[in-house]
Amino acid sequence: MIIGEQKPLEEIKELIGDARKVLVAGCGTCVAVCSAGGEREAQILASALRLAFQVDGNSREVTEATVQRQCEWEYIDPLAEQVAESDVVVSLACGIGVQTLVERFPEAWIVPGLNTTFLGMPQEQGIWVERCQACGQCILGVTAGICPIARCSKQLLNGPCGGSHDGKCEVNPDIECAWHLIYERLRKLGKLELMLRFQPAKDWSVSRDGGPRRIVREDLRVLPET
Amino acid sequence: MSEANGYKSGSRLEKLLRAGHFVVTGELGPPQSADGEVICQKARLLKGKCDAVNITDNQTAIVRLSSIGSGIICLQEGVEPIVQMTCRDRNRLAMQSDLLAAYALGVRNLLCLTGDHQSFGNHPTAKNVHDLDSLQLIHMMAKMRDEKVFQCGDPIKGAEPRFFIGAAANPFADPFDWRPYRLLKKVEAGADFIQTQLIYNVEKFAEYMRRVRELGLHERVYILAGVGPLKTPGMARYMRDKVPGMEVPDALVERMEAAGRDIPKEDKEARNAAWREEGIKITVELIEQLRQIEGVAGIHIMSIEWEEGVGLIAERAGLLPRPTVGELEDR
Repeated sequence: MIIGEQKPLEEIKELIGDARKVLVAGCGTCVAVCSAGGEREAQILASALRLAFQVDGNSREVTEATVQRQCEWEYIDPLAEQVAESDVVVSLACGIGVQTLVERFPEAWIVPGLNTTFLGMPQEQGIWVERCQACGQCILGVTAGICPIARCSKQLLNGPCGGSHDGKCEVNPDIECAWHLIYERLRKLGKLELMLRFQPAKDWSVSRDGGPRRIVREDLRVLPET
Repeated sequence: MSEANGYKSGSRLEKLLRAGHFVVTGELGPPQSADGEVICQKARLLKGKCDAVNITDNQTAIVRLSSIGSGIICLQEGVEPIVQMTCRDRNRLAMQSDLLAAYALGVRNLLCLTGDHQSFGNHPTAKNVHDLDSLQLIHMMAKMRDEKVFQCGDPIKGAEPRFFIGAAANPFADPFDWRPYRLLKKVEAGADFIQTQLIYNVEKFAEYMRRVRELGLHERVYILAGVGPLKTPGMARYMRDKVPGMEVPDALVERMEAAGRDIPKEDKEARNAAWREEGIKITVELIEQLRQIEGVAGIHIMSIEWEEGVGLIAERAGLLPRPTVGELEDR
């Protein structure tokens, strides 16, 4: 899922600027699960903003609304009226949600209330970890299901660098060396020969480096190409 | 031409290794400024004390005068450079382009490295590249030389860059059992010579070399064992405790501590001299032990910000004078 982290209140206030009517829009999917931008967080942020504006001595109108998914037009359509009445919408969705709002409501001023941080999973209560970089050419089949693109600090493809120490990355002892994990898993499963294979230079054109990506599935389309 | 006489690059380093000499390489760290004179001075200190000199590429991710630029200055000083290139700062286009220029300007030795992470340096908010990893860089350069093709497969229509291709090896990094196989991968990718991480634990290195020989790699690649003088007990402790992938035995730390113990703290100069003397002594002993290990083709002396150290160590280890090119060609 997509993991996000709320921006500091001061930064959100700055993004709101002089706007009188503020709508805080939560999203009920990924960012709700990681407790960054769901219904609860939208309510808390709206209250915090009301309080902050009160302290600052200027009255503003802060409302909140949460939809199940901000990244699909049919889910955000019910927000149309509230968005139209607002001077600014603080979206607590990931960057995709923010932009879906922008594309659906081109007249509205939409700002992000989150930093979208990574694609990952909850490791334990209160800890989320990165697992995928959406590089467009999955290599998990040869790396024992552990992604060196997302988890090696240098995105190496041919084994651990000289900075691997006691299973930890040279960058930070809190980071596990992805290649150490790959090595250990391949060893236990009797597949170390996979690591001896030379992995050629990666095709980054299918990653973000090739420009914004798009998938067209003709078998699923109903509208003709414009 | 190089193909006709059987050399890959025709570099002095390659010729000496091929001739069976026990080679000595040094290291030169470019300045954090545009002052080329610093390189000239360091090059003069190293000249005649070793066969070729590594020029670091923004080492520890700190911006410095470029390794290629510094290498050219070394050439002008009559010192053969081994230009280091990391995968951190350049993509495959920039690497090939810069290395074409390096070759055109006379550089013949190249060391292909992953590179220290940018978080260690003075631009921790930089975006790193790692378009290629060090193995892919080695492979690319071997294909440019041997197959006359760019990384994309397009033919090189003019002169191809013919480098003597080097790679690094850290026998002390984890997983230890994997390290000889990583070396195997580098050799298969096209490495001609290897320079190792600093060795202080000879016993562990000997075990690594035993495994390397089992894979037959000592006959396929020239392995230069890395050494470097400890300068203070503090440095010894720091390297033992804080540097990932570095092993400094307690006995060596204790020797460094003992070296300055009887000298009053106030007499900084005398203490420093005593520590440096002990550091050199240890390095010379290490070289003597490393030379005995089958498959060690030379020594790489990393005397960081103490270029005089290389000459002192080489002298005391009986590695001077270095053979001249003339002598070499007479053989």
